[in-house]
Amino acid sequence: MKRATVKKTVHLPATSEWSFEAIDEYHEQIARVAKEFGLDVYPPQIELITAEQMMDAYASVGMPVNYHHWSFGKHFLSTEKSYRRGQMGLAYEIVINSNPCIAYLMEENTLTMQALVIAHAAYGHNSFFKGNYLFQTWTNADAIIDYLIFARHYIAECEERYGEEEVELLLDSCHALMNLGVDRYKRPPKLSLAKEKLRQAERTEYLQSQVNQLWRTLPVHDTKPDKVQVQRFPPEPEENLLYFVEKHAPLLEPWQREIVRIVRKIAQYFFPQRQTQVMNEGWACFWHYTLLNRLYDEGLLADSFMLEFLQSHTNVVYQPAYNERWYNGINPYALGFAMWQDIRRICESPTEEDYAWFPDIAGSDWRETMEFAMRNFKDESFVAQYLSPKVMRDFRLFAILDDEHEPKLKVSAIHDGSGYRRVREILSDQYNLGSREPNIQVWNVDLRGDRSLTLRHQQYRRRPLGGTADEVMKHMARLWGFTVRLETQHEDGTVELAQETRIEKRRGHPDN
Amino acid sequence: MTRIIDRRFDSKKKSAVNRQRFMRRFKQQIRRAVTDAIQNRSIRDLDNGEQISIPSKDLSEPQFQHGRGGIWDQVFSGNDQFSTGDLINRPPPGGGGKGGGKASNEGEGEDDFVFQLSREEFLDIFFDDLALPNLIRTQLARVTDFKTQRAGFKSDGTPANINIIRSMRGALGRRLALGSPSASRLRALQQELEELVASGDGDSERADELRDEIARLRAKIEAIPFIDSFDLRYNNRIKVPKPTTQAVMFCVMDVSGSMDEEKKATAKRFFMLLYLFLNRTYEHIDVVFIRHHTVAKEVDEEEFFHSRESGGTVVSSALKLMHEVIAERYGHGSWNIYGAQASDGDNWDNDSPICREILGAQILPWCQYFAYIEITPGEPQNLWREYEKLFSGHKNFAMQRIEAPADIYPVFRELFKKTLV
Repeated sequence: MKRATVKKTVHLPATSEWSFEAIDEYHEQIARVAKEFGLDVYPPQIELITAEQMMDAYASVGMPVNYHHWSFGKHFLSTEKSYRRGQMGLAYEIVINSNPCIAYLMEENTLTMQALVIAHAAYGHNSFFKGNYLFQTWTNADAIIDYLIFARHYIAECEERYGEEEVELLLDSCHALMNLGVDRYKRPPKLSLAKEKLRQAERTEYLQSQVNQLWRTLPVHDTKPDKVQVQRFPPEPEENLLYFVEKHAPLLEPWQREIVRIVRKIAQYFFPQRQTQVMNEGWACFWHYTLLNRLYDEGLLADSFMLEFLQSHTNVVYQPAYNERWYNGINPYALGFAMWQDIRRICESPTEEDYAWFPDIAGSDWRETMEFAMRNFKDESFVAQYLSPKVMRDFRLFAILDDEHEPKLKVSAIHDGSGYRRVREILSDQYNLGSREPNIQVWNVDLRGDRSLTLRHQQYRRRPLGGTADEVMKHMARLWGFTVRLETQHEDGTVELAQETRIEKRRGHPDN
Repeated sequence: MTRIIDRRFDSKKKSAVNRQRFMRRFKQQIRRAVTDAIQNRSIRDLDNGEQISIPSKDLSEPQFQHGRGGIWDQVFSGNDQFSTGDLINRPPPGGGGKGGGKASNEGEGEDDFVFQLSREEFLDIFFDDLALPNLIRTQLARVTDFKTQRAGFKSDGTPANINIIRSMRGALGRRLALGSPSASRLRALQQELEELVASGDGDSERADELRDEIARLRAKIEAIPFIDSFDLRYNNRIKVPKPTTQAVMFCVMDVSGSMDEEKKATAKRFFMLLYLFLNRTYEHIDVVFIRHHTVAKEVDEEEFFHSRESGGTVVSSALKLMHEVIAERYGHGSWNIYGAQASDGDNWDNDSPICREILGAQILPWCQYFAYIEITPGEPQNLWREYEKLFSGHKNFAMQRIEAPADIYPVFRELFKKTLV
């Protein structure tokens, strides 16, 4: 009764056309509620852009500035095509992990959508960027924009000096190895524009001298390599291929090393995003849902607003079943949202089952628990830790084992008492980058011989490398400048040579 | 502190550079696609962009990835029938089903990357093949110029265009029309008053009444506005396309057995280029297609390029037909006549001198320009040698032997030069 009377005092605009004043009013209210919930965020910076600009940002991996490359043009064209056909409700949002946190609103959206995006991106994602340990460790929100500007200028300068084509070929090669250009375990130093610039000249000089050192020792050896156990170089396998290229490729010019470094740094910057999709999107959905519902309960939102909002919300968090036509894997928005909602439920109204499964969080303060989960996990561990039987039942999750040596597929576990842990384990592994992507590391460089580089692929559950691997090897050979081999180590420990890409003449292009 | 920044008016086309890079990188593929597109287009239809499709394997960005095979244990949602330990047949390969693979269910296969070329980009590639000089490229690619011209008057427009005479005339007419009933009554009353005054009754009650009435009528006439908004007339200026003359273009092509598809494709480029040129210069263009082997026939474009004939070649038949058509339809002097002839040079020996005569005496005098191309990698044929005799004497005749589309432009060099100065 009380609520009904309060509701009459709707005083946020309820039109579908937006205006700057209206956005401002919404933002003010959302910011207030977010603060009441204790969300810790970078100051948001809301920018209004057109659909074309949104496509632009999409094409250049969501960054407001980036260097030029044909692949961004390609992405733009395909985004544009699907937008023209109306295939995507374009760009719900783009938000940049920077300080201040930039969130884009698209001009074409209705006022409701703008409010939704503000809550979702400028508060949901924003607080995740600020809180999650991966982002804290791997990215530096204060410096990224500056660094991108530096990179863009540097690459443009190289293009001027050495020719666009030369730079383009180099970037192609770096992009091919981008996913393997990250440190997974080591902590990177912080980025800073001033330092970058200052140190860049020093570094190029130093790097070059290092490389020279490495190769200078080459002819002058009086040991008998046949008898002595040959020292491998690198002594430990190196997981970061681009890093290895930057530091040790014998023939690269200093500017080429710098470009390798730029691509590597950007890959590193996006590394956390690839590992926290479920958490991050789920977190943002949870907060736009929670924040806007709070405003509605306070009587600030009109019913028409709520209906439109709920419709887009349900579209986003919809999970199709495996046999539906538009099934395309587990929807990270859906899973993430359900899990965060579920954590809150476990805290606020735990059942017997929850006490059994989550004794340490059942009945605890939900804000504290969620904050802890948001800060200290990534998808893999988040699923392993918090996926509850209830969510598994709601999603009707089941696992299928596909072994190419078996004639049939086997249902390995379903959402029942004996299967919960197994399903959770498998799903968690699905989000583990280590098993999602092939594990390929630098194994050895033949320092005393033909300078060839050997990569080793640790096979995971007998999965072979996909079709484009030979192309990637050509790129690797281009960067390395000498023959590159790829060995596959099977799970039983045997090693076989999978591929060899030779470069005959110095500085030449890889032959086929 | 809230910051809302309006970036909608920031520089557009930020991705233009990336698009250019993309185009440059895949020039070969795009060019091939454009060539295909040209085969399927009418020669009049050069002003549109084109949907280009490139095999996507050509532009893939390679990555190390897991391929199919080995062991995959994966979680799916929406279980409706399975229990632990069930065995299921594998879905047929490529059939989508519950495999991770996305079934391609929309029109195009996943094999092609499709995008839209703009008109400029399309023409650029077209010109590239033809090795056109830049100046002429811009000349041809320019959208038709307009000039403004007066077209009477209209009742709305900008103040700068007000036509004062018309407006005042309108106002005057309106004032007369609105005022005239009152004016005639006024005159009658005045006359009556004068009569009363003349008859000495100037102070009578009736005279006062009349005076009042006269004053009222005067005020009424005064109240008619001197000029009203609907009196205003504005000069009407309309835009008309600048080229205002008409031209007819004759495409003459040998379709005997020796002209294969490739030669026809080259010929098509040749006709297209001439058409494009004419299109910029003339407002209206007729195109007449004449094809010939031993006999000539006027046909439509489809048949012109696509049907095949075999047998010998008598070129003069086509020239005769062209002459007849000119005399019949375009002879009355209001048409600019352009001729373009493409052949592989094969002709019946005794026919070539006849061709020279017809061309020299009956066709060239009528023509603005006549261009002949011989598409052959071999030695010049007899028709070429006969035509060479004409070449020196006629400024409006051009001929060229070509092997590739890039050789086409020199045929038109004179033509373009004339219009550029």
